[in-house]
Amino acid sequence: MDVLTPSTLDEALRLKAEVPAARPIQGGTDVMVELNFDRARPPALLNLNEVRELRGWSRENGTLRLGSGLTYTEAMAGPLAEAFPALAEASRTVGSPQIRNRGTIGGNLGTASPAGDALPPLLVRGAEVELASVRGARTLLLTEFLVGPKRNALEPDELVTAVRVPAGPGSETFMKVGPRNAMVIAVVSLALRVDGDELLASYGSAGPVTGLVRAPLSERAGFPEQVAAAASPIDDVRGTSAYRRHALRVLTTRALDRCLA
Amino acid sequence: MSAPARQLELGRIGEIVRRPDGIPKTTGEFAYASDLQAAGMLWGHTVRSPYAHARVLSVDIGEALRMPGVHAVLTHDDVPGEKLYGLEFPDQPVLAVDRVRYFGEAVALVAAEHPEQARRAAEKIVVEYEPLEQVRIHLAGVGDAFGGREDLSMQIHGALLALHASRPVKMVYNREESFIGHVHRHPARIWAEHRATREGKLVAVRMRILLDGGAYASSSTAVTSNAASFACGPYDVPNALIESTCVYTNNPPCGAMRGFGAVQTCFAAEAQMDKLAAELGIDPVELRLRNALAPGHVLPTGQRIEGSLPVADVIRRAAELEPPPAEELPRDPLRLPGGAGNTTRGEGIRRGVGFAVGFKNLCYSEGFDDYCAARVKLLEDGSAEVHCAAAEVGQGVAGVILQVARTELGIDDVRLAPHTTATVDSAGSASASRMTMMASGAVRDACRAALEERELRGGEVDIERIYRHPRTSPLDPQTGQITGERAHVAFAACAMRVVAEVDLELGLTRVVWIGAAQDVGKALNPQAVEGQIEGGTAQGLGLALMEEIQTRDGLITNASFTDYLIPTALDMPPVESVLIEDPEPDAAYGAKGVGEPPTVVSTAAILSALRDATGLELNRVPVRPDDVVGL
Repeated sequence: MDVLTPSTLDEALRLKAEVPAARPIQGGTDVMVELNFDRARPPALLNLNEVRELRGWSRENGTLRLGSGLTYTEAMAGPLAEAFPALAEASRTVGSPQIRNRGTIGGNLGTASPAGDALPPLLVRGAEVELASVRGARTLLLTEFLVGPKRNALEPDELVTAVRVPAGPGSETFMKVGPRNAMVIAVVSLALRVDGDELLASYGSAGPVTGLVRAPLSERAGFPEQVAAAASPIDDVRGTSAYRRHALRVLTTRALDRCLA
Repeated sequence: MSAPARQLELGRIGEIVRRPDGIPKTTGEFAYASDLQAAGMLWGHTVRSPYAHARVLSVDIGEALRMPGVHAVLTHDDVPGEKLYGLEFPDQPVLAVDRVRYFGEAVALVAAEHPEQARRAAEKIVVEYEPLEQVRIHLAGVGDAFGGREDLSMQIHGALLALHASRPVKMVYNREESFIGHVHRHPARIWAEHRATREGKLVAVRMRILLDGGAYASSSTAVTSNAASFACGPYDVPNALIESTCVYTNNPPCGAMRGFGAVQTCFAAEAQMDKLAAELGIDPVELRLRNALAPGHVLPTGQRIEGSLPVADVIRRAAELEPPPAEELPRDPLRLPGGAGNTTRGEGIRRGVGFAVGFKNLCYSEGFDDYCAARVKLLEDGSAEVHCAAAEVGQGVAGVILQVARTELGIDDVRLAPHTTATVDSAGSASASRMTMMASGAVRDACRAALEERELRGGEVDIERIYRHPRTSPLDPQTGQITGERAHVAFAACAMRVVAEVDLELGLTRVVWIGAAQDVGKALNPQAVEGQIEGGTAQGLGLALMEEIQTRDGLITNASFTDYLIPTALDMPPVESVLIEDPEPDAAYGAKGVGEPPTVVSTAAILSALRDATGLELNRVPVRPDDVVGL
């Protein structure tokens, strides 16, 4: 298996166009598990760790632009945590400190798992995903980008370069249920945001894709039920459908209390 | 604990001794077996059954043999000697012959230059199976180092490959394969009935214990018997009828695991004692004290307790431990149920306090008597060399051996030779809370014999001694009663007080604090004993709250540390330990094994706290969030 290590975005896009089956790798917290378990044997890895353009985050014209190489540790602290508190809360729930040092937002987008912890906070902010290839760049709403369980709208020659969210005010939180008190994959998770007079909730691990539910603030009372009803959870090894729906009601109720306190 | 005057590395019996493996293990520099390398080494790989139960019609290894780098492909035809093995009955094939009986049963072996070549070749082995209907047990009114080192997994397989290829062969089970290829704790279902006088004196206990042994026996019969021996808990029970049954299934094989049958029954018996206390209106600790087992009492097996067993003292000392006051809100979410998940800021939280006591046998029992050898060389330069094959599996026995030798010989310059049976007789297995007891006896005896020998003849001395524990005999298979003086060598008790918080709406928990009092005979290295108590408690906490091998039609559905969760530092509370030193008369220095009792008790004690917090019966472990929220 070849490891391609571009040092610029242009080079990365060129390599991706030449070897579309090359698997992008950043922190490797998903990709290396698949390789080690012999679940995937891509012909090449596209190592994006040297590509500076993908790193860090910036404020641009009222938006926060998060590079796809932004790590969870970077999202957990400092001015970014203040500007995007639900993402900071979600990042604190990801794996162990070692995993948070390596794992990136881009990985959550690329893997597109309904259990991706960064996805609910991004969805309640109306996030847009920046995609690039040698053919040019395009932007998709995150809701359009996530097309199914572990499936996204990336073309074979494209890479996720960044995700953008409005930097505007609002109150938000993120909660994740797991059967132990750290290092768990979500049994169910919820991000909730009160944006003016709109309520936005996004649930993880409770449907084939991370779902987004909206309602006017005036419908606050029925919102927990609305969120639970919108979800389509299944029974699996991590939890039951009935518990996931129940927990979404409880989490939405608590999140509303937090955000509207 | 008073600080020792001498260097931390050179402690004698009863002093804190720093473990030489502590820092390398923490920094990741310690060489585990999977780090072994040898010149010309091949890599072994196991081909496993994808079925829980199937007939093996044919195994075609032709293409696998032609794959690059392959030096050996073996099936049952290549097993030269006995084709079956087993700890108690030889019922398990080294490699499946005409039938597989559990998901992941070993069918063939490959040795190749590179692990990837071995895996690729394994994929080319064509095994034709005819799936068979599994035996399903429908319950109709009828009724698991940490032990794992007692059993065989890859040992015979690796030896076969090496024998065939005439090369060193390395086999490493990855995490998933470890779940499949190693034995587990027996799942159990238990029915119990307790009768007592209004004054809270136990009159009778009836218990039916049904254990799932999986596809092969391993140590199931001993676990089944042990579950019965300790079913009543450390109480004086005048009348007991205990029926303990183990069944073969097509589920993953079960065997010895820390606690060896006593974990399951302690969970049941202690739940019963709490219920009984509530029914009688007697304080649960008081009820336990009124029934506490003591020397002179007779166990349900007819064995009279003769050595040390200070149950009442253990209960009293644990009950006296003061839990910390409830923490104020708001708190860091890491200090609330749900932890890093940020699920509550105090909503739905209820605090509960629980208590449990349990006990267990030490060393091999029921006629499976064994021994431990030690050899001591006293050299001209005044130093000494100790040989003992006691397996250091993380429990710290290597340190204990040196402590004993320094204590007995009165010198600091003692070396422990590499653990091997090449230079000294066997030490037996590191299991059954026996290794420290047996090794300290053997090393003590060898040191004393060496000093006597030098006294008599002078010069360099080289002497080996065998240490045996008091003899045991089997229980009568019909009556369950002793057939000699004793079925068990000695006993140890442990009691715990637990504070837990539960989020009643989400069913999430946080164990806040555990106070433990343990009957240790004599703490040879107090810090290591506390480490065993904390580790054993963590294992029991795992069983109480999260650890479960999930299966569907015999297939393991959570064979990874992503889905089989074990406690993290955020799940494990501080443990306050009291060591109760009531010497065991027949043991060297009076020391008792310490590894298992905390595991026996902590699951039961945590459940007691969760019941107090939730008001629910919670008769199943691990407790799932669904159980707490009533789904």
